[in-house]
Amino acid sequence: MRFASLAQLRKLCEDEGETIAGIMIADQARESGAAEEQVVKQMTVYYQVMKEAVRKGVQGGTRSRSGLTGGDAKRVGDYAAAGESSLGGEAATAMAYALAVSEVNASMGRIIATPTAGSCGIIPGVFVSSQERFGWDDDVLVRGLFAAGAIGYVIANNSFVSGAEGGCQAEVGSAIGMAAGALVEMRCGTAEQAMHAVGLALKNSLGLICDPVAGLVEIPCIVRNGFGAVTALAAADMALAGVRSAIPSDEVIGVMLEVGSAMPEKHRETAKGGLAQTPTGRRIMKELYGNKNEPKDEPKDEQKGGEQE
Amino acid sequence: MRFKDVFSIIGPSMIGPSSSHTAGAARIGRSARQALGEPPLEAVVSLYGSFAETYRGHGTDVALVSGLLDYGTDDERIPDALRLAEESGLKVSFRAETRPEVHPNTVSLLLRGAIGEVRVKGCSIGGGNIEIVGIDRFDVKFSAIQPTLLVFHADRSGMIAEMSAILMGAQVNISHMQVDRESRNGAALTVIECDQLPGDEELKRIAAIAGVRRVRLIDLAAKKDGIE
Repeated sequence: MRFASLAQLRKLCEDEGETIAGIMIADQARESGAAEEQVVKQMTVYYQVMKEAVRKGVQGGTRSRSGLTGGDAKRVGDYAAAGESSLGGEAATAMAYALAVSEVNASMGRIIATPTAGSCGIIPGVFVSSQERFGWDDDVLVRGLFAAGAIGYVIANNSFVSGAEGGCQAEVGSAIGMAAGALVEMRCGTAEQAMHAVGLALKNSLGLICDPVAGLVEIPCIVRNGFGAVTALAAADMALAGVRSAIPSDEVIGVMLEVGSAMPEKHRETAKGGLAQTPTGRRIMKELYGNKNEPKDEPKDEQKGGEQE
Repeated sequence: MRFKDVFSIIGPSMIGPSSSHTAGAARIGRSARQALGEPPLEAVVSLYGSFAETYRGHGTDVALVSGLLDYGTDDERIPDALRLAEESGLKVSFRAETRPEVHPNTVSLLLRGAIGEVRVKGCSIGGGNIEIVGIDRFDVKFSAIQPTLLVFHADRSGMIAEMSAILMGAQVNISHMQVDRESRNGAALTVIECDQLPGDEELKRIAAIAGVRRVRLIDLAAKKDGIE
C-alpha cells in the first residue's frame, strides 16, 4: 500500500483527486495482482453476507449457543418502528441492525469480520440502515467498505484490532472509527473530514477494556456493537458539521497503542477481570462450565505441556 | 506491516463468534493439517494465554478441529466439527497451558497421521489473521495469506538456488523466504511465500532435489477458505 498513516492517505486523496475508496481499490488491486473488478466483486459478496446477517438477526429467532443472549435486535427494532425512540428512528434502526449481526455471530452464524467478529455489527448496522435511509445502490456501500478498510488498515498496522492485544477499544473502537470515516465519505464529505471523524470516534472509546463474561462474545460485546453504531453516526455528523479532531487522528491511534499496551492482561479478553469477574459474571461462568475452565490466578502445572524443547 | 491488505481488515467471511478465537484458530488448524500433508489421526492441542482461558466459550476448540478437517473459515459444518472429527476417526485432546508466551492467542498442535507427524505453533493476531511461528523445532514466521511452501531438507550449499530455479522456471515469484537449521550440515527448513500458486510439477521437482526430505504446500485460499 502507498500509505501507512491517515495523513498519508488523505494526501494521496487530495493529490490524485480521488476518494479514499478509490485509493484503496487501486492499491488492493496492485498488491494482490488482481483486476480492480475482481477486488470489487469480492467486497460485493461480503456486503451481501452483511445484509443477510442483518435480515436474519432482526427477525429475532437467533439464540446464542450458550443460551445467554438473543432477541434484543428484534426488541429494539420493534421499539424503533413504533416511533418511541429517544434517539430518533434512523439511529435506533442502525442500533437494531448492529445488534442483529452481533447476535447472528454469537449463534455461530455467518458474518464478515469488520475488523473482527466481536465488532462485526457496527459497520453493517451503519451501512445497511444508511442505505435504506438515503436510497443508495449497493455499489455506494461496497465502495464505502473499501474506505472503511483503508482506515482499518492504518489503525491495525499502527495499533491493534484485537481485544486480546489492546482491549475492546481496539475492536469496537476501531470499527466505530472505520464506520464513521466511511459514512462521511459516502455522504460526500471530504477526505479531511473523514479523517477527523476517525479521530473523534476513537477518542470516545480509548481505554475501553475487553472483559467478556464467561469468555463469550456476548456480554457486553453485543450491546457495545449497538452503542457503537450510534457513536459512528454521531462522529460522522460532527465531522460533516465541521468539527475537527484537535489531536490529529494518527496521534489518537498512537494513544490507543499506548493505552492498550499498558492494559493489564485481565482486561484483554481473558475473562479474568471486569464484567467477567463480577459476582454475576462468575455465577454465569460457573453455570455454563461448572468449575472447569474457570480462570485461576495461580499458575498451573508447567510440566505437563506437549511443548518440551 | 502485520496486516497486508484490505481483506485482512474487512473479512474474512466466517462462522462466529470470534475472529481471533474462531476464524484465526480455524486457519491455524488448517495450516497445521497442510503442514502434515495427510489427514491427521491424532492431535494434541496446547493452548496459551487468552486461548487457554476462553477456548470453550469462544469455540476455539471447535474451530481448530474444523481446520484439521480442512474446512474454510465460513464452512457451515464448523459448529459440528467435534462430532464430525470423532466420526472421521480423528482423536483430539486439549491442554490449557500457562507458560508465558509472546502472544496472548497462541496454540501449539502436535499432529500424527498414518505416515508422519508435525508440530505447528501459531498465533491468532486479530481479525482472523494468523502468524505461524514454529514448525517442528524450527522458528518461522509467515501469515499463510499467500501460497507457502515448506521444504524440509539437509543444510548444504546450493540448495536454495536449486529450489528457486525451479520456481523461476514456472514463473512463480517469491515474495518472502526464510531458512532455519538445527545445526551446520544438519536438518533445515526453508519457508517460501509465493505470489502465485506452484503446481504439482514444481512440488515434485523440488521434492526430487538431492537432500530434500519432504515438501508441503500451505494454501488457505484453496477453494474452501472463505467465499470467492
